[in-house]
Amino acid sequence: MKPAPFKYYAPHSIPEVLDLLNEHGYDAKILAGGQSLVPMMNFRLVQPAVLVDINFIPELSYIETHDKGVRLGAMVRHSQAEKDTLIKEHAPLIHETMPQIATVQIRNRGTIGGSLAHADPSAELVVVSTALEAQFKIQNQKGERLIPASEFFVGLLMTSMEPEDLLVEVQIPPLPSGSGWSLKEVARRPHDFALMGVAAILTLDKKEICTEARMVYLSAGDGPISAPEAANMLIGNKITNELITAAADKAAADEIDPGSDIHATAEFRRHLANVLTRRALEEALQRAKDEK
Amino acid sequence: MDNTYELNVTVNGTSYQETVDPRTLLSDFLRDGLGLTGTHVGCEHGVCGACTVLLNGEPVRSCLIFAPQVQGQEIMTVEGLGTVDDMHPLQEAFREAHALQCGFCTPGILTTLLPWLEENPNPTEDEIREAISGNLCRCTGYQHIIDAVKLAAEQMN
Repeated sequence: MKPAPFKYYAPHSIPEVLDLLNEHGYDAKILAGGQSLVPMMNFRLVQPAVLVDINFIPELSYIETHDKGVRLGAMVRHSQAEKDTLIKEHAPLIHETMPQIATVQIRNRGTIGGSLAHADPSAELVVVSTALEAQFKIQNQKGERLIPASEFFVGLLMTSMEPEDLLVEVQIPPLPSGSGWSLKEVARRPHDFALMGVAAILTLDKKEICTEARMVYLSAGDGPISAPEAANMLIGNKITNELITAAADKAAADEIDPGSDIHATAEFRRHLANVLTRRALEEALQRAKDEK
Repeated sequence: MDNTYELNVTVNGTSYQETVDPRTLLSDFLRDGLGLTGTHVGCEHGVCGACTVLLNGEPVRSCLIFAPQVQGQEIMTVEGLGTVDDMHPLQEAFREAHALQCGFCTPGILTTLLPWLEENPNPTEDEIREAISGNLCRCTGYQHIIDAVKLAAEQMN
């Protein structure tokens, strides 16, 4: 349970990081909070030759508002986001998600950017950022670009970033007025990896007709799993209990692809998805109505 | 690989300068490098909480941090909490309420609770259970630990 040897770098600026990534390519791993990477290194599931520690770059830890949304530096720690008043006001789903992630010891160290770049399909931030249609700002030596969440997560623990890329910022756009949100999950014990979970966002117009619906599932496949057909059943309609039940049935039966493991069977996960979808949509609906 | 790192760190108020291999886990550095064996090593992958220490006042898992990462920072281990002759009220409460049997999980639970009790001076039982949910105990079954936290909260107020 000790990691293999590696060369350690602790650069103090983003250009230094980009130089190191450019030089070492696939041999290098970025060390952010380390709450996923270090366990994998202790198990020797990964043995990077070079670690680039980005914990000594203070300019990656900001939280600021922009066009009524928020922008978070990649090194914002979970506990920092959890307590931040700008996030509470402008990205309430992120605020509500934070305490559901891991334990306090992990949240004190783990970072927003690290969790997203790790792209674990059971990670709350992965599904929540997808549901919120977040954008990820990536830098490398050639410049910077924005990648939408829908193109960022490409598979199990995989993103569309290249070895020389550094995730520097996460941009959370504001929700349209008349929107409600919810994150529901089931874990064996509080803060364990969730067996199943769903982030739901609903937007209603003045007549309470649903104009937008998004449901994204965790632990339901190789990445964040969206349920567009179930969402389409809601859009254009006044949302009733019957419609919520029908959408939950659709999403749980046809749109997710959960696996079986020692923690839960795929069948049980589908059952949980059905129940959690109903609960999440009910809560999102109530919040959307309250917001009007 | 010739690969050493000059580490400057403050632990329990004392400054140390040590040469470390970068892959040294903070937990191993504290135990083997400084002889502070109060920090216990359980799972070494961030699940059991036995190795919890305070990094700049916040509880973290020392098995998920490499020693060079605490360069210039402040660590507090259970040794910084109190001594046998002069125990912290939290430690007194654990003794009083029989909150430890083998004692393996105790340092991690104490370091987790120290800042938490300052922020939550009058916790409910549910809140206490939540607060120690990142720390596994395999002996006492938690009830005595919860009793001890309630006692500590009363005595610290």
